[in-house]
This record gives sequence, structure tokens and C-alpha cells, in this order.
Amino acid sequence: MLQFLTRRLLMLLPVVIGILLITFIIVRAIPGDPCDVMLGERATPAKCEAFMERFGLNDNYFVQFGRYLVNMSKGDFGDSIRFTRPVVDIIAERLPMTFELTFCAMIFSTTVGVLLGIISAIKRNSIVDTITMVIANIGISMPVFWLGLMLAYVFALLLRDTPFFIPPSARFSAGVSLTPLLKFWDIQDPTGFQKFIVSFISNFSLINAIVTGNWKPFWDGLWHLILPSVAVGTIPLAVIARMTRSSLLEVLGLDYVRTARAKGLRERIVVLKHAMRNAMIPIVTIIGIETGSLLSGAVLTETVFSLPGVGTMLVQSILARDYPVVQGFTLVVAIIFVLVNLIVDASYAYLDPRIRLE
Amino acid sequence: MTKTKPNIPSLTPVESTYKHRTPTQDALRRLLHHRSAQAGMVILGILLLVAIFADVIAPYDPTAILKDEIRRDAPCIHLLGCDPAKNQHILGIDGNSRDLFSRVIFGSRLSLQVGVITMSFAILVGGLIGAIAGFVGGWLDNVLMRIMDVLMAFPSLLLAIAIVTVLGQGLINALLAIGIVSIPRFARLVRATVLAVKELEYVEASRALGGSSLHLLFLRILPNAITPLIVQGTLGIATAILDAAALSFLGLGAEPPRPEWGLMLGEERNSVFNAPHLVFFPGFAIMLTVLGFNLLGDGLRDALDPRLRGGNVG
Repeated sequence: MLQFLTRRLLMLLPVVIGILLITFIIVRAIPGDPCDVMLGERATPAKCEAFMERFGLNDNYFVQFGRYLVNMSKGDFGDSIRFTRPVVDIIAERLPMTFELTFCAMIFSTTVGVLLGIISAIKRNSIVDTITMVIANIGISMPVFWLGLMLAYVFALLLRDTPFFIPPSARFSAGVSLTPLLKFWDIQDPTGFQKFIVSFISNFSLINAIVTGNWKPFWDGLWHLILPSVAVGTIPLAVIARMTRSSLLEVLGLDYVRTARAKGLRERIVVLKHAMRNAMIPIVTIIGIETGSLLSGAVLTETVFSLPGVGTMLVQSILARDYPVVQGFTLVVAIIFVLVNLIVDASYAYLDPRIRLE
Repeated sequence: MTKTKPNIPSLTPVESTYKHRTPTQDALRRLLHHRSAQAGMVILGILLLVAIFADVIAPYDPTAILKDEIRRDAPCIHLLGCDPAKNQHILGIDGNSRDLFSRVIFGSRLSLQVGVITMSFAILVGGLIGAIAGFVGGWLDNVLMRIMDVLMAFPSLLLAIAIVTVLGQGLINALLAIGIVSIPRFARLVRATVLAVKELEYVEASRALGGSSLHLLFLRILPNAITPLIVQGTLGIATAILDAAALSFLGLGAEPPRPEWGLMLGEERNSVFNAPHLVFFPGFAIMLTVLGFNLLGDGLRDALDPRLRGGNVG
């Protein structure tokens, strides 16, 4: 297993360098003087000179790319033009929100999707199966931002005075807030990496609430995450349900399943223990692929529910031409996506010994 | 002893009930009998008619500002009891006093164009890259496919957003971005087909008969890729329409006053609580269109290429 992981990690190296190259090219491909592009309106000749010097923009592209790699590996993503502060700090603030949303959506889509898929496969061609698959088809076709808006309309307006009311926007209700962990742990003058890690963890509302034992923001944060998670998770849910159904149907026709039935095992054991283990491989793969759709969905859904995550920041930064932020965020999300796919690879190597021994 | 004539069954040929069908006829038959394909074709057929006859169907100019109407007015349908003194607006009035129904109708044109143009671009470029990579092989194959790997390492919408950052906002740039993002999918597909076929005997035979490399590639090998390309292209149109709508929704795609469904949603997203119809109808139109392509794509996959069969509904 260790050997497998090492090999996969080594194979990732060219992809990661490629991602770095693309993010490097993106900012340099923007028409106009790099100084104007990166400093915006603050680009005076003196500042430009200092800027060109600091980022070595007078050197040739190979030297520049080498330096870019070194800077990125040190966590120096440059400064935001709009906020005049390091991009890394903004990432530490915004990324946890997107992570939380993606994570909740993934839990929702995987549990419900796999469950619906199993039911459909067992009760093949029944009403339940037909309805599930029709809903799955519609689910795949819905724009995530439209679903988000419609959910907000139904749960926040139509069901306003019922117990089913769910808040449509923002991260917390008014008056609820988190205690920054830097303050909670009383950390004075944090250094670069420590500061990043602590403020990164601190901005996970659910983790922060657990660490500080502050349950009000925990439940409130979770409550506010319901609608966006359902919106983001619906498309992957539909894909996962379809995949589970077809994958399970294929396995249920195999000889070893018949043997298990012939032994007199209960149907539940046959399906969940014998069939599902083999059916899981394509399902896990599709879950990995859908992570991309979850991340994209999170970017879109944040703008609908005004959640302070990566998506809202990315879109605002593009419109405000704040390129260092765009560059940093694109890079981080792409690297996360690659890592998730690595985890998926590892998990089906775990599920299927043949892949490990290949 | 009299010789009796043995009872030999009549040798007159029996009219065969089996009709010979070509593979194309067979596939078409399967497609026409496929439930989701039928639904998809009906939806897309209606949509195509709407797009072609948009001028006739839409009662108003989609970009005309109707000065006498109240902004974000609710739908008014005379048959359903709306005051006959008022002008009929089946889907209501949008935030800029324009007739929403006319805008949704005209939006179908744009949506279909977006899907077909981006996918044609992606299939052409991706197909060419895949064909060259698979046919030539060696280091060129390696380089091209590593580039495709990197493009696939980004979540597609995010990469499209990054490309729009470079190219600048606007519908054409958004289409280009979505096209570029879709290239790797087709490049891999065509490469896989080329690799699977290029060593087969009929290709060798063609080469022995003096066929040039171009002849072999385009006339002997690539026709094998057409079937999977049709399937993936149809499903790809659905994704492209969704992505284009998303970019427009974020303000990075089509610009006002163009009747683009994603843009219409984006412009009115803050009025979802007081004028939900302005958000509901454009989104519903996107969903219906995407659903049509998804259903047809599923049907095509089952009818044309049983090997690709995945989580089908049919």
C-alpha cells in the first residue's frame, strides 16, 4: 500500500507542476503591464520599480517561474491589491467556509445517493426505482444556483411561520459569532505558519465551536449550512444514486452472490456485505470525480447564499481585477482537487487488492 | 410391393420473417424505442421549434423596455382571470420592464447555440489532439496527454473562470473558456479509440495497400471514434449549457441586455422573495434544456455503444 501511494504521489508531481505553470501563465497572459495588472491603481513608477524588483519580473521567464515555485512552496502567494494584505491570510479566512460547505454537501450526497441507489437496485423496475431515477435525471440537469434560490424561496419564505423554516443566507444568525482561536489559546505574536494554521482552523465554524465548547454557533452554523449543502449536494447525489444502482445491479447478477443466497444468508447481508463491497469501487470513483462538481457548486452556491467562502472572494476578485487573489485561490483549489483524487485512488486500492498489486 | 413416395417436406423456400438490418438501422431502432431517448427527443424537438420560430412565438422584442408596465409585475394571463384591461404577459415583467416570456423564448436560441458551438470546438480541437497523440505516439503523445491531465486537474468551472479572467468577460470569451475546458475529455476519448484500433489487421491491410498515414488516420481509424463522440458530445452539450449559464450568472459571461437564461437569473437573484417568477422560469428553462440533452445522451449511449453503458435509466 505504501509503495502504491508513493508511486501515485510521484505521478502527481508533473500534474502539480503543470497546475503551477498554468496559474503562473494566467497572470502573465493578462494583457497589460504586469505592474499595472498586479498593483492596480497604486502603480506609481517608484512602486512599480520596487514591485518588479521584489517579484523579479525583470528576469527571464524561466528564472521567474523558478522563483514562483520557491515562493509558492514557502506559502508566499503575494499581496491582495484590494485589501493590501497577504493572499495567504485571505485563504485562511475563506477556505474553511468552502470546505465546510463541500464536506456537508458530500456527506448529504453520498449517504442519500448510495441509499437511493441501493433501494432502486433491489426494487428494480418498481415505482420506487422509476421515481428515484426520474428524480436523479432531473437532479443532474438543474443549475445549482437555481436550486439554491428555489430552496431559499420555499424554506425561508413559504415555510416562514412553520417549524420547517430554514434561514436562507449568511453563516450565522445575528448576534452569534465565533471566538478566534488565537484569542482563545492566548497566542501572542504568532509566526507565519502558526498564524496560518491557527486562523485556518479557527475559521471552521464547526471545529471552532467544538474546541471552544461554544455550542450556540455550532448548531446555528449547521442550521445555516442545510440549504446550501442540499443545493450543492443534489447533482452529485443524482450521479451517485445512478452509479450505485447500475453498479449494484451488475454485481447482484454474479455467481458469488447467488452462492451467498444459496447458503441461506439473509438478503440484507447479501446486498450490504457481499454485493456492496464490490459495487463500491465505481461508486468511490464517481464520488472522487464529483468532488470537482462539489467544489464548483460550492463556488456558485456561496454567491447565492452570501457565504464568505472562496467562491464569493474569487468572483469579486475577478470583477475587481485583484489577480494575486485569483491566482492564489485557483492554485489552492486545484491542488485540493488533486489531493482528493489521490485519496480516492488510495481508497479503491484499499477496496480492491488487484489495483494495489498491479 | 409398391413403392411409396417418401414424405419429403416441401422444399419451396419459406418467406423469411427475419429482415436484414444494417447496424445503423439497428441503432436507430434501439434509439427510437428507448424511453429516455424518446423523452429527450420530444423536449429537444419542441425546444428547437421554439428557437427557430422565436420571432413568431414571442409577443415582444426581448430587449424592448415596456414603459407602461410595472417593473417585476406578476404574470398576467387573460384566460386565468387576469384583468382584460391589462396587457397579457404570460410570465410577467422583469426588473427592467421587459416581457419575461419573450426573453425566455429568445433565450432558447442562445442556449442551443452555446451548447452546439462549444462542443463543436471541443470535439474538433480535442479530437485532433487525441488523434495525433494516439497515432504518432512517443514523446508527442506523452507531452499532449500530460497537458490534458493538467487541464483535467482543475474543477472545470473553476478553470473556465480562470480562463475568463485572462480573456476578459463576455459571452464569446465564456464560450471559448468552456470549449477549452472540455477539450481533454474528447482528446482522451479519441486517443483511446485510435490506440485500440491502429494495430488491427484491417488497418495493416490498408497500409500494405499503400494508404498514406493521413488516409489511414482519417478514413480507416477515426470513423471508429464517431459513435462515442456523438454520445459524449450530446452529454457534453448539457454540461456546456450549465457552465455557460453559471458564468453568466456570476457576471462573467453574457452581458445585458442579452436574453441569456443564466444572466436573467443572475440579474434577478435578489428578487427571489418578492418576484419569484423572475428566477423560476429562466432556471426551469435551463433545467428542461439540459434534461433534454441528458436524456438523449443516455439513450444514444445505450443504442449506439453498449460498452459505454453506465448508470442508465432506460
